[in-house]
Amino acid sequence: MINRRQAPAIKDAVNFDIQLKPLEQFRLDNGIPVYVVRSSEQETLQLELVFPAGSWYESENLVASATNFLMKNGTSKHSALEINEMTEYYGAYLNRNCFHENATYTLHCLSRHIPELLPTLQEVILDPVFPEQELAIFTQNMKQKLAVNLQKSEFVANRHIDKYLFGEFHPYGRVSSMMAYDALQTESLRGFYMQHYTYSNCKIFLAGNLPDNIIPLLNQYFGSTQWNGERHNIRPEMPILPSEEKKYRIFNDENGVQGSIRVARPFPNRYHPDFPKMLVLNTIFGGYFGSRLMSNIREEKGYTYGIHSQLYNFRQAGAVNITTEAGRDVCEKAIAEIYLEMDKLRNEPIPEEELSLVRNFMIGSILGDLDGAFQVIQRWKNLILNDLDENYFYNNIRTIKTISAEELQQLARQYLSPEDFYELIVI
Amino acid sequence: MVHFSKFTLDNGLRVIVHEDVTTPMAVVNVLYDVGARDEDPRQTGFAHLFEHLMFGGSVNIPEYDEPLQMAGGENNAYTTNDLTNYYIELPAENLETAFWLESDRMLSLAFSEKSLEVQRKVVTEEFKEHYINKPYGDVWHKMRELAYSTHPYRWMTIGKELKHIEDAKLEDVKSFFFRHYRPCNAILVVAGKVTHAQVKELAEKWFGDIPSGERYVRNLPVEPVQDKAHFLEIKSKVPLDALYKAYHMPSRIDPKYYAADLVSDVLSGGGSSRLHQALVKEKKLFSNIDCYHFGSLDAGLMAIEGKLVKGVKMKDAEKAIEEELDKLRNELIPERELQKVKNRVESMLAFEDMGLLSRANNLAFYELIGDASDMNTEFAKYEAVTVTDIRDQAQAIFAANNVNTIHYYAGN
Repeated sequence: MINRRQAPAIKDAVNFDIQLKPLEQFRLDNGIPVYVVRSSEQETLQLELVFPAGSWYESENLVASATNFLMKNGTSKHSALEINEMTEYYGAYLNRNCFHENATYTLHCLSRHIPELLPTLQEVILDPVFPEQELAIFTQNMKQKLAVNLQKSEFVANRHIDKYLFGEFHPYGRVSSMMAYDALQTESLRGFYMQHYTYSNCKIFLAGNLPDNIIPLLNQYFGSTQWNGERHNIRPEMPILPSEEKKYRIFNDENGVQGSIRVARPFPNRYHPDFPKMLVLNTIFGGYFGSRLMSNIREEKGYTYGIHSQLYNFRQAGAVNITTEAGRDVCEKAIAEIYLEMDKLRNEPIPEEELSLVRNFMIGSILGDLDGAFQVIQRWKNLILNDLDENYFYNNIRTIKTISAEELQQLARQYLSPEDFYELIVI
Repeated sequence: MVHFSKFTLDNGLRVIVHEDVTTPMAVVNVLYDVGARDEDPRQTGFAHLFEHLMFGGSVNIPEYDEPLQMAGGENNAYTTNDLTNYYIELPAENLETAFWLESDRMLSLAFSEKSLEVQRKVVTEEFKEHYINKPYGDVWHKMRELAYSTHPYRWMTIGKELKHIEDAKLEDVKSFFFRHYRPCNAILVVAGKVTHAQVKELAEKWFGDIPSGERYVRNLPVEPVQDKAHFLEIKSKVPLDALYKAYHMPSRIDPKYYAADLVSDVLSGGGSSRLHQALVKEKKLFSNIDCYHFGSLDAGLMAIEGKLVKGVKMKDAEKAIEEELDKLRNELIPERELQKVKNRVESMLAFEDMGLLSRANNLAFYELIGDASDMNTEFAKYEAVTVTDIRDQAQAIFAANNVNTIHYYAGN
């Protein structure tokens, strides 16, 4: 008979030797850097073009995201429909995203189709024309979407908490509005495109099963100087103007059955030595299913379906943000429990068993995250776009493996004091 | 091509092994052949509530999550109207921890009153978060009731009403467990940096002595063929008018499923699809419109839903949809368009196969609906679909008597 009460022996995470699979680097003829992680197990690839064209660089609200979205909706040779046809015929996905710092175009496809898809991608990146009609449809539909979202307490809460943390004029705190959509002009999109989507600003990240001639192919379509170029972005500094008032209660829907709770404070950015340590403390506090917040407020009290604490890793400034949707009548109790969990972390050292569990969990989860070329290039991309190298990654792993309970308690004393937190309930 | 091997333990537990030496990880996936369709109509939401209780400790192990996290692992689970699936991903060196945990909760749960009490509340909050406190959140509750008179698909996985969840008793939990959570009703998939021999040994060791249980024989009421169009109007505090249509379609295991699936892609797979192009871009009647289905294991529903551009009349929006459906019913689609949606499926399957977890989930799913090896011949079934099949399915699905319509009006 086996003894089912006895857990099988495990290998501790501190003994896992995690290696970031190396990166190949090339340069196209016009200087665009190409970062590559190859794999041969699958028949797929991912090609991503990144430009420093996020909302940070816009002078009118929403111009960055509208430009990013509409580049794909018409070139001098093809309509939006034709461009969609040309990519979708090959079963490819051409996605675009606009973040605070960067804006991206990402192609996912079966490797064998890449030669047919590159001409279309080239057109989208080099030759967008921003038709009036496309902007009008975009504006109308985004306004409709916004109207629906504004009825959701979680959407409203997310907008407000960022505003409190960074100020409503800062790119991290600025939000969309009907007025801002109405103010969009194709002329400003064209101007933004010309300024920011230049070859001298472009970086390419490539992963998966790649044809042997991939670099010559990329050179053929993206390697010339015959497009938008040479405009170097100046990254203006933006003053952060956090809110004075700390506590907010907002009624968005009188009949709401839940409240969206946000409890947040500013935190240094990823370049600060406390940042990797805070990743560990945050995990213990509210960063995984076994966290203090989840164990208490979901698994013990049943106030919510889920509660999480996240660490913002924006370039200029970070933040700690605790988020949950809780029953309307238990919102205040849930907030009291959040503060109680902060108190515990400040006043009592984390037991060795819990700390060792979190170390193992975090290392196991990094090991799983690095499984496959698409995941590996993602890690590299985050390092490269933040002007970091693999030492940063290995340093984080070292912190996870070695940080002590005393250091964590010290960190909690410094950063987890209720009086430093903004507090918001949106019903 | 996903390689695997298969064996069955004496107690009836089916085991599938998928070896992949390129990953440092292992996945242990346990699928139980029970979903919301197997519930008592007076106790809906039970299969899903039960899934929550599977994390409340088992007979020999008081805490499920902690030892797994200690072993560097993560886990989750989901319940649908058809099935319940649990999975663990962890470093392959610690594989045995997953066997220990999964086998003990298949042997028996702790059946703790406290866990039931808390999870009732958690699921109630989940219900509120997803279906009450959201604009249009109630529409699928209403649509299922409109479309089904008899079959248990007439309620959602989360349950028909909060009261059913609040009323759940521990004795119901026990009987549900011993009826459905037995080796003979389960499929175990182990994938990643593992070997067949290793999995065989561990499976015998940890699952071998669990009593087989009785094979659950599913005998669900059959939904009669819908003989007239159904219609419902809702007025609610939402910002935009919306239109919802649902049509009965073939089940996931019906040979006609593949053509039906492609019909939904022709209508709504991507920016070049028919509904988006005609109704959002050209006629500007909808700000978004989608056609989708749930891949249900019994005959399911294909849905078309969209939000109307402000000022557009419901009957104009509806007429425009009908015109698009008419084209599909009356004309053959171009061969190139058929090739496009097939290419889309091929690519989607290839991307799905990239993830170890997704491969493990799929092997279990295909084994449930027939044979795990069908996973490798799936695309061939799509390839065989012709433009005539597309037209035939469009005619069958979008038949006048087969439609259920909800006009969802923005009110105050």
